[in-house]
Amino acid sequence: MSLFYAFLAIIRRDLLLAVRRRSEIANPLLFFVLVITLFPLGIGAQPHLLQAIAPGIIWVSALLAAMLSLDSLFRSDFDDGSLEQILLSPYPSSILVLGKIIAHWLVTGLPLLIVAPLLAVFLGMPMQSMGVLLITLLLGTPVLSLIGAIGVALTVGLRRGGMILSLLVLPLYVPVLIFAGNAVEMAGSGLPVDAQINILISILCLSLVLAPWPTAAALKMSVN
Amino acid sequence: MFLIPNAVVRFFHRMASPPHFYAFTDKVMPWLIIVFVLLTGFGLYGGLYLAPSDYQQGDSYRIIYIHVPSAWMSLFIYMVMAISGAIGLVWRIKLAEIVAISSAPIGASFTFIALFTGSLWGKPMWGTWWVWDARLTSELILLFLYLGVIGLYGAIDDKRVASKAVAILALVGVVNIPIIHYSVEWWNTLHQGPTVTKMDKPSIHVSMLIPLLLMALSFKFYYLIALIQRMRIELLQRERNAQWVKAKVSELR
Repeated sequence: MSLFYAFLAIIRRDLLLAVRRRSEIANPLLFFVLVITLFPLGIGAQPHLLQAIAPGIIWVSALLAAMLSLDSLFRSDFDDGSLEQILLSPYPSSILVLGKIIAHWLVTGLPLLIVAPLLAVFLGMPMQSMGVLLITLLLGTPVLSLIGAIGVALTVGLRRGGMILSLLVLPLYVPVLIFAGNAVEMAGSGLPVDAQINILISILCLSLVLAPWPTAAALKMSVN
Repeated sequence: MFLIPNAVVRFFHRMASPPHFYAFTDKVMPWLIIVFVLLTGFGLYGGLYLAPSDYQQGDSYRIIYIHVPSAWMSLFIYMVMAISGAIGLVWRIKLAEIVAISSAPIGASFTFIALFTGSLWGKPMWGTWWVWDARLTSELILLFLYLGVIGLYGAIDDKRVASKAVAILALVGVVNIPIIHYSVEWWNTLHQGPTVTKMDKPSIHVSMLIPLLLMALSFKFYYLIALIQRMRIELLQRERNAQWVKAKVSELR
């Protein structure tokens, strides 16, 4: 069995598990929609204000939804012991962990992209920034999953890791939030956003290459 | 290793042993305190009394003698934490792990001081306590990173495991340090650009610069003193069943 096959097997297994437990797909999505609905209720139905802060609202909600879904990344595998088996396998555990992260993103990150345009319309975001919003979500949410995986890996062995997880992960999400939110806002006023998109791409490449290692190291530490 | 003189290698080898470290710090501590007091005395005298007041900012610029060194320390201590954490992770040196975790609360305090004094300075200068400027925000994030490190260490019961977790987190957080450092150039908003590190022509006058550098050095010594004190306590706690700690305790009785 080659490494690539093992990598695909992990993704397939996690996707299958997610399909069997559909609530895991639905929960972050519902949370995302709910949080965004709360904003107009909280600040009043003022179209101009909502339109102005729409990029920020959508991105902060996506950030929170991604963070909320993180716990399911390693939790069940940790509880039933299959995580130990994955780490004990002869393949490099960082690659297998990357497979798990990708599957997790397909289940929890990708659906956000599908509902985001709908929510953007709710908030009265200009049509010209819709494409940029989708691009930033496409580039940004994998980074959220990759960085978040490090945090979960560090706290999965703890009984009450939830609070500490947000403290670990949210500060590291800040660069993504800044560049993505800024790009969507700029696009709304018709300005070029190449720089922000390029930075997001480089952040994605960096975290794709670097994040699996500390995640695997932290998992090994949490398991024993 | 062949590049490092033998005596230095031997020194570090001996330092890695807890009882030797404990005895050594007993001896150097008074000297460190003397140097710290002298540096702080001269630095504050030079900064608050000798240095002329600024032609634009009047006397309120003098807060830089606390603000700037604290901000430097907040970054410096994070780097120390990450590097010693990495050393602990790779070579399993117990003392390096203790350096990493003992640095965290000190670094968090310096970060808080930098933010607090900056805010005090910002009120008369910018007319507001807080601005969402890139540099201030990054410093705030640095504070959160420190708090995350402290929280994670507290949440894990097995302290050897906790040290490893903290080292991994600190190394991941190091990605944030360059963002903080270059944020001035990237976003370039309200916060003034760096004035000291322009090597060709510093835009700060020498009579103001010398006390600032003295204060920076004195903060380094303060860090060293606080770090050693914290390390000694942490060592005693971790090694409470070791022979040398028991001997120390019975000595005191």
